[in-house]
Amino acid sequence: MEPRFEPRTISSYKEFSWKRVFLKWEWLLVGILLIIFFINSMLSPYFLNYFNITDATRSFLDKAFIVFPMVMIMLMREIDISVGSTVALSSVIMATVYSMGLPMELAIIVCLLVGALCGYINGYLIVKFKELSAVIVTLSTMILYRGIAYMMLEDQSIGGFPSWFTYFGWGSIATLPFILIVFILLSFIFTLLLHKTVFGRNIYAIGSNPNAARFSGVNVDKIKRIVYTLAGLMAAVTAIFLTSRMGSTRPNIANMYELDVIAMVALGGISTAGGKGNMYGAIIAVFVIGYLQYGLGLINIPAQILLIIIGLLLIMSVSITNLKSSRKLTIFKKKNKEQVL
Amino acid sequence: MKKLFRSGVLLSLLCLILAACSGGQQSSGNGDEGSSGDSGKKKYAIVFKSEGNPYGEKQSEGFKKAVEEVGGEVILRAPAQPTVEGQISIIEELISQKVDVIAISGNDPDALQPVLQKAMNQGIKVLSLDSAVNKDSRMVHVNQADPERVGRIQIEAVAEMINFEGQIAILSATSQATNQNIWIEWMKKELEEPEYSKMELVKVAYGDDLRDKSVSETEALLQSYPDLKAIIAPTTVGIAAASKVIQDKGLTGKVIVTGLGLPSEMAEYIKSGVSPWMYLWNPIDVGYLSGYAAHALVEGEITGEAGDKFTAGDLGEYEVVETDSGTEILLGDPFKFDVENIDEWKDIY
Repeated sequence: MEPRFEPRTISSYKEFSWKRVFLKWEWLLVGILLIIFFINSMLSPYFLNYFNITDATRSFLDKAFIVFPMVMIMLMREIDISVGSTVALSSVIMATVYSMGLPMELAIIVCLLVGALCGYINGYLIVKFKELSAVIVTLSTMILYRGIAYMMLEDQSIGGFPSWFTYFGWGSIATLPFILIVFILLSFIFTLLLHKTVFGRNIYAIGSNPNAARFSGVNVDKIKRIVYTLAGLMAAVTAIFLTSRMGSTRPNIANMYELDVIAMVALGGISTAGGKGNMYGAIIAVFVIGYLQYGLGLINIPAQILLIIIGLLLIMSVSITNLKSSRKLTIFKKKNKEQVL
Repeated sequence: MKKLFRSGVLLSLLCLILAACSGGQQSSGNGDEGSSGDSGKKKYAIVFKSEGNPYGEKQSEGFKKAVEEVGGEVILRAPAQPTVEGQISIIEELISQKVDVIAISGNDPDALQPVLQKAMNQGIKVLSLDSAVNKDSRMVHVNQADPERVGRIQIEAVAEMINFEGQIAILSATSQATNQNIWIEWMKKELEEPEYSKMELVKVAYGDDLRDKSVSETEALLQSYPDLKAIIAPTTVGIAAASKVIQDKGLTGKVIVTGLGLPSEMAEYIKSGVSPWMYLWNPIDVGYLSGYAAHALVEGEITGEAGDKFTAGDLGEYEVVETDSGTEILLGDPFKFDVENIDEWKDIY
């Protein structure tokens, strides 16, 4: 049996308190989500409607698949800005092999393989060239992957997929959009992976202190490669849903998706300094941004105002999550304790 | 303390969202007051390619004018970036709002098909204007001008400007912009005529309708082709950016710019000789005609079949015609702007 490394975070030593549970960032996010629901349903008569609320998820969940591995990457103090290009490349290759006569089922598998390979290359390069930061490595592959996609299709688009393929983007199972069901399934899998396995604990260990993790016997390089490969794989899943939704593909799809994904993760309370945050926060953040956009869209707010609101939300989340970890608050806590005593 | 701080932050967020929402409603014109005061008015939505495009704003202005004349409620939308993904989300939101008609300038001819068909299946009338979507995604397309004429006329113009001799380049919008690509095809066909045998099209560059990219693409053209005689920019953003580069580099008269531009943006360059003349139709009229076409669709006066006729306010009577790529309504010939008439148009649009 392998030696297990299970770091115990400071919080696990603290005594249980309901107050602390509800002051967590995830619960604040739930609060913000409820406020958004409340305000939106006040502003538009079309918002609070089962069909619209479930149907709206089709618009914003496609990129949300990449949020899961991105949480892991950012927990390890790394980043991946090539995911948008990976979406484009895997989608373009899927369409190309389909147009060359491969059955669509196989083309989808090719798409997943291409995505995973793109992710693996990122992971390999980051581990191999430790002196280069992940931003630089994934910036290069971001340009590279998009460039290959352009080289393959130039300015053309490929469409004409079999009709069952539209099911990914447009189909429903018992009134719930198919994409929502897949998202829920994957959230369970990734939450379990991050919070209930040794693999997940190792990610936190790397994020808290990479050197300590390495000396404790954690195979840091291997875990990084696996997580980056997962990021590529999820980008390919996004590619399948997005391509199905548009019915055709072009090399310029999923432009800037990486930034949307990173915004969702940051809003979810994952600190870029590593080791802090969890999957629940990021999953809630996906819906916060998604329904904020949808709700403001229903009352026809200009797109740029929407960007301003999301920017402000982000600044708020980053400042609060960092404040929580700063020393000031521990002083507060001590004072509070004294008062209680 | 901590609680106080948190509730303060939450409260400010709430105020912010509310403020933003009320601000947005004001700017969207006659948005529905309250929640159910919209029972009588039909909702006309227009979706442009991206925000902050002067051409799109003028077009939407014309659309709004027409819709107000027929007593409808207008919704103006555009994504922040010129992407199909953004337009798909907007159309979904419009479907949820149960609008009566959607007029769209597509960022891609094919990729909007699933979502626009969903709209049509729910009884929403769909037409495209300016940049067409494919014929299965719409009922009719409002075309600003016959694409063949738009393409050929620009080559005729540039040939006259450079005495039928020398290298020319094209600075277009995005590489998949539907209308630009059709015009460029016609330009290439016109160039095959014998009288242009001494002219050579060296490159089609794409400025993506972004000012900075159009500027750097123009600079790249000048560097790669030092003997370049003229640049044709069949897009309003591109022609203004190219003209600025030529003027700043002191190449006025050596490299000539022409194409399709907004008079208000191009007046300076037409007067200084950077661009002897250029073409455009009136984007306000394109929007206005589309507004009336939308009205005719909603009221059932037309169904989008060839031969349907309707009256478009001040513009008079129009007929739906059949083309290779579905049915269309043609506005008219492109209009020539030169030193003589630029002053009377530059304040209009």
